[in-house]
Amino acid sequence: MHSADPDLAAAVAAILTHHRHDATRLVQILREVMQQRGYLPPATLTQIASALHLSRAHVEGVAGFYAFFSCHSQGRFRVLFSDNITDQMCGSHELQRRMLDAFRIELGEVSRDGLVSVGRTSCTGLCDQGPALLVNGRAIARLTPARIGALSALIRGGQPVTEWPENLFTIDSHIRRRDRLLSTPLLPGEGIRAAISRGRDATLAEIKRSDLRGRGGAGFATATKWDACQKAPGPTRFVVCNADEGEPGTFKDRELLTHHAQQVIEGMSVAAFVIGAQRGLIYLRGEYPFLIEPLEAVLAARRAQGLLGRAVAGAPDFDFDIELHVGAGAYVCGEESALLESLEGKRGIPRNRPPYPVTHGYQGKPTVVNNVETLLAAAHIAKQGGAWFRSVGTSKSAGTKILSISGDVAHPGTYEFPFGVSMRHILEEAGARDVQAVQVGGPSGVLLASHELERKLAFEDVPSAGAFMVFDRSRDILSVVDNFTRFFAHESCGFCTPCRVGTTLNQQIMGRVVSGHGSRRDVKDLIRVSRLLKTASHCGLGTTASNPITDALAKFRPSFDRRLASMDVLPAFDLDEALAPAREVTARDDAAAHFSEPETTS
Amino acid sequence: MSDAPQTFVLDGEAVEFSPGQSILQAALAGGSYIPSLCYHPEFKPHGSCKVCTVKVNGRAAASCTTPARAGDVVELQSEELQDLRKNLVQFLFTEGNHFCPSCEQSGDCQLQAVGYELGVVSGHYNPLFPTRNVDASHPDVLLDLNRCILCELCVRASSIVDKKDVFALSGRGITKHLVVNAESGRLADTALQLSDKAMSVCPVGAILRKRHGFATPIGQRTFDKQPVSALAIQKAQAKTTDEGTR
Ligand SMILES: Cc1cc2nc3c(=O)[nH]c(=O)nc-3n(C[C@H](O)[C@H](O)[C@H](O)COP(=O)(O)O)c2cc1C
Ligand code: SF4
Ligand code: SF4
Ligand code: FES
Repeated sequence: MHSADPDLAAAVAAILTHHRHDATRLVQILREVMQQRGYLPPATLTQIASALHLSRAHVEGVAGFYAFFSCHSQGRFRVLFSDNITDQMCGSHELQRRMLDAFRIELGEVSRDGLVSVGRTSCTGLCDQGPALLVNGRAIARLTPARIGALSALIRGGQPVTEWPENLFTIDSHIRRRDRLLSTPLLPGEGIRAAISRGRDATLAEIKRSDLRGRGGAGFATATKWDACQKAPGPTRFVVCNADEGEPGTFKDRELLTHHAQQVIEGMSVAAFVIGAQRGLIYLRGEYPFLIEPLEAVLAARRAQGLLGRAVAGAPDFDFDIELHVGAGAYVCGEESALLESLEGKRGIPRNRPPYPVTHGYQGKPTVVNNVETLLAAAHIAKQGGAWFRSVGTSKSAGTKILSISGDVAHPGTYEFPFGVSMRHILEEAGARDVQAVQVGGPSGVLLASHELERKLAFEDVPSAGAFMVFDRSRDILSVVDNFTRFFAHESCGFCTPCRVGTTLNQQIMGRVVSGHGSRRDVKDLIRVSRLLKTASHCGLGTTASNPITDALAKFRPSFDRRLASMDVLPAFDLDEALAPAREVTARDDAAAHFSEPETTS
Repeated sequence: MSDAPQTFVLDGEAVEFSPGQSILQAALAGGSYIPSLCYHPEFKPHGSCKVCTVKVNGRAAASCTTPARAGDVVELQSEELQDLRKNLVQFLFTEGNHFCPSCEQSGDCQLQAVGYELGVVSGHYNPLFPTRNVDASHPDVLLDLNRCILCELCVRASSIVDKKDVFALSGRGITKHLVVNAESGRLADTALQLSDKAMSVCPVGAILRKRHGFATPIGQRTFDKQPVSALAIQKAQAKTTDEGTR
């Protein structure tokens, strides 16, 4: 074995030893091995499998799941352009063309000399400074034609990416509005010390009083989750920080982990204290490798300060430490049970529930999974008390929400607003003009039309896990929907039939419609597929994957109709009738949701 | 606790269940058929094909992974749900390459049988015509992935019963596919044998015994003799009786 590449075999052996031959570290191992040759040769998979006592087929299964792994040789420089709609709006497709032409290759191809390959990847979380790309895993933002020229020259020069000028890799920071969480100081140890002196039950009571709900999307009450985990039987518990941030248009967790990592880790420690966990895990998305070193440094500093490790903050029976795990390009791994599978070194497939992670989580043990922002809030609440947090927001949505604003705005960046603020107010602060639509919460969220801007940011009105993408009247809504549809097809884990097939059918049909080849039958099929996705899918990815289509059909119908090629060829088809399911799933029956209404738009 | 059997309501009729049974198991044992593909009575339910979807108290759920609960109201035969199941079977036909008339599994294929049961007459969508592997390297077994519906039954059987891990799934989304446990990628280089459990669980014609294809003539095959619904109920009831006498 490996006679062809003894150096690689030795490097792989060293990586395996570094990870203690621990099969739960398989994703971490594959990430590091990828950096050796830029792909995972067949003999390497065999070597890893036998060292970890796993079947080779299992290792191949894991390797084949994550977008950043490849079992086929790639260019020595693997370039992946971020494919969010916001990248596309700042010209990423033209920049891709430029680079492809420079190397005379097509998308997805490797140049004949094996030097370079160029592909696309889902949103890399740099929408406030796009277009962006990854080259051999390292992020580069603010692309321009000149930058593409410089990158192409560096690639031709053949120098390893690690030796490229550091300023190429600078990630900017744009925190533009601070409210309660981002303006209140919290020194290292203050949150956990306050929790320890208050005691376990009293701290949980403060979290309850705060009415804090999860910021990762589902909005589950944090105190209820912690309480259930604390009460689950067994001696071992885990706290997991969900820093997967895969929803296109979301980048607030990147900012929080860049500037407030201490406080996020403080929140994990408070959670660990309340539920009685000994270990914590941070699942950082693979697109943010620039955060690995800084986060490790914060963890090390806290260990040195006695805030992690044995007897945290001097509490004699509170031992707690945190390990960093890095993902490898899979949006579904943000779903908490898929995330746990991935942390265990497996394919990121959402589990069957019940049981839920609070009783059967990481390695089957009671586990709390919380979003970065939820943990940040919990740290502050531990010090300031629940009432401090509860005093802003609406009756059902306490506190503030941190948004990632991008697209057609003068000031893209991260904004903290109290819940209850109107869409119009947010748009004004971000400097949006001539708004046609806003995608709140990312592709899985809701597409708002310009007549809905008085609606409020709140769990009970327009919830958002953080994304807020703005489209002005110059934008083609169908391209937006097409981009989102492509995203879901690329990110479906493939476990269940409705999502595996439905997201691909949606992508194909939208492709036809957007290119002017669609028919009324296609619209009918979009509705049919969307309905199936929403009802029958196994996890939130599938149930929300058709939201952009159903929202656009309900609110931007003329954009569709104008693009259909055979509008009149199939007169027997009743479009209004076909929209009935769309009305049903969007709970609308107003005039604008019907086809027969005369349109005011030209 | 009282000894009176617990029940839930399935399309207006009371169905008895014993603790730990899923809605699907209890329904079959009680004589009501729920279409299924990735479910196999000898394995832990998987919940991936979703063909067994019902509504439990108004919410859609896979009946094979949903535990039966006293008092639940379960909807099975509504037009909406029949349509949903039909659509899912059409999805499976659309994503693979299924040419029933020329397939040696025709008549023994559960996908085909469930399709008949649900009145699926066409795939409806434009077929995806994927390029998939056929592996004839093994002396006794033909692996034709054109027909694989990714139910993972062979993966589960080979791992749990045969302890060989001959199969696994790789890729994701629409490119998800079956791989075999060999660096060469060839079935011949795996430990698969004809006597393995993995040889007898495939619901379609993806894992075939060589030289057996037409041993039973068309017309006298499993689902030629009785519909899939009758067979599934029969099996479930035989199993219940078994357990009752043990
Ligand atoms: C497809 C999918 C992707 C998700 N991605 C994320 C994510 O990137 N970050 C996150 O915090 N939650 C994500 N979630 C929600 C998590 O499943 C989970 O609800 C959340 O991490 C719980 O934390 P919270 O209670 O603090 O919100 C995702 C859910 C789904 C269905
Ligand atoms: S809905 Fe999609 S992502 Fe979720 S389990 Fe099914 S295939 Fe996977
Ligand atoms: S080969 Fe057969 S048993 Fe295996 S996953 Fe495919 S359809 Fe299921
Ligand atoms: S039989 Fe229930 S999901 Fe397949």
